[in-house]
Amino acid sequence: MDILDYAFMQRALLAAVLVGITAPAIGIYLVQRRQALMGDGIGHVAMTGVGLGFLLNSSPVWMATAVSVLGSVLMELIRWYGRTRGDIALAMLFYGGMAGGVMLTSLAGGTNANLMSYLFGSLSTVSDSDVTAITLLAAFVVLVTIGLRRQLFAVSQDEEFARVTGLPVRALNLLTAVTAAVTVTVAMRVVGLLLVSALMVVPVAAAQQITRSFAVTFAVAVAIGVSVTIGGTVTSYYRDVPPGATIVLLAIAAFIALTALAAPLARRRARRQTPGDLPDCGVPAAAGASGAAEESVPATRRAAEGGGV
Amino acid sequence: MIPTPRQTTTEDTVSEPVISLRGVRAELGSRPVLRGIDLAVHRGEVVALLGANGSGKSTAVRTVIGQVPVTDGEIELFGTPRRRFRDWRRVGYVPQRTTAAGGVPATVTEVVSAGRLSRARFGVLRKADHAAVRAALEQVGMADRAKDSVDALSGGQHQRVLIARALAAEPELLIMDEPMAGVDLASQEVLADTLRRQVDQGATVLLVLHELGPLEPLIDRAVVLREGCVLHDGPPPKAVGQHALPGHDHVHPHAGHDAAPIRTGLLG
Repeated sequence: MDILDYAFMQRALLAAVLVGITAPAIGIYLVQRRQALMGDGIGHVAMTGVGLGFLLNSSPVWMATAVSVLGSVLMELIRWYGRTRGDIALAMLFYGGMAGGVMLTSLAGGTNANLMSYLFGSLSTVSDSDVTAITLLAAFVVLVTIGLRRQLFAVSQDEEFARVTGLPVRALNLLTAVTAAVTVTVAMRVVGLLLVSALMVVPVAAAQQITRSFAVTFAVAVAIGVSVTIGGTVTSYYRDVPPGATIVLLAIAAFIALTALAAPLARRRARRQTPGDLPDCGVPAAAGASGAAEESVPATRRAAEGGGV
Repeated sequence: MIPTPRQTTTEDTVSEPVISLRGVRAELGSRPVLRGIDLAVHRGEVVALLGANGSGKSTAVRTVIGQVPVTDGEIELFGTPRRRFRDWRRVGYVPQRTTAAGGVPATVTEVVSAGRLSRARFGVLRKADHAAVRAALEQVGMADRAKDSVDALSGGQHQRVLIARALAAEPELLIMDEPMAGVDLASQEVLADTLRRQVDQGATVLLVLHELGPLEPLIDRAVVLREGCVLHDGPPPKAVGQHALPGHDHVHPHAGHDAAPIRTGLLG
């Protein structure tokens, strides 16, 4: 495994594993509350943070974290107060964030190539300090998404009911938004800001094709996330293709494969659940009788026995 | 069916209401939905909130749980102003079924366990909590579906799960928003039985209903709303239903005769 001989690849693989864990871990709550595209919005806002990092000559990762956390809090506030004009305010925030990023990068004298590595991810540019930042941020995301899973589940499933169980609904909503923002910056170096959201949503969508419970969906989504980030990173090392795009395409391939698998699985599950169920409608025995010995058994009875196995 | 007498213990005098609304006003958007309603539910009582669509009955219960902000008036729960009320384990809430649909699969047990969070410290469920969840599922006859996805359930079964979720915290007060809407006959009976057992054990119940239906024998008092005001507060009117309520346009054709519109126990 000469791939592990290079320090930059070790860093890239570590970052990839952390992204594979954290993105689906917070993404499942976003999907559950039907805010699947929230990560995309935060990704746009984070661009301003990256530009600010270039301009102030400080770490783009920490700057992006600060700005995207601020943006996510703003998005949550808009959701509370601006019910009717909420989508327009969000659009302003997204595109303002993107334009701000491009503008600040240009003011800092940077080239589009600098920004490009943040937009689409890049392996060779993951620095030691990036890895430290990513590890710390990922630890926060894991702590929140697993430690508070019951509370986050309740709030994401049914906000109105969660309020009556006495949960601090607004605080938990805010925490979800902030955690999503932190995840965006964790994933930024590997998959890039424009494709971050895909890694939050696609593994969850793929997992739920074959699962029935939230807990199993969570575990399968994280497993898919880690597989595709490692797979994509390794592929991009050998084939010289962009890692972000490879990872997202692999995730979509996983989704398609599991969807194809889901139909027969659901059918087998349905059979197991209701063994004594009535058989499907068949041709009445008399109509199909052609004198063969087997036909003496009523068609319906055979089907019922077959279904019971 | 004869309503069982309420067990009112001596220390809980009838004067102390469990839910109390005084002059409550609320708006949705800028449209006034509640225009100053008074409502008191006493310990052990079963009160039905009736009214046509848009009369404000759902909004009224949603102000009680704090989901809809009030613009004026006072709300108290167990004698505490709602803003300062923290003892949510005493309240079980069953929302309208449409509000409880997540985008990710979840099992019946996972959904019902959420109802136990008000009694679990830091969201950690212990042995007793898991037992309470199981008991709640047994009460509504859904224990055999515990591991199934809620997406695979019928409307009536789903409603039973939501009631189990409210019962998981073993509440003293049940607030239900249209528990019978879109529920098949078999589930309606299970729900009525469950509610009867709760009432026998001394639970207080406030429910929003479209019509009294199979719950009629359980109900002590009916409050009828019309355009955000209380129109009637007293014993459930006979033959009340969506059809008999003011503001209901009776447009569907009759089966031939124009007899007096006395219909009891309407189920659909």
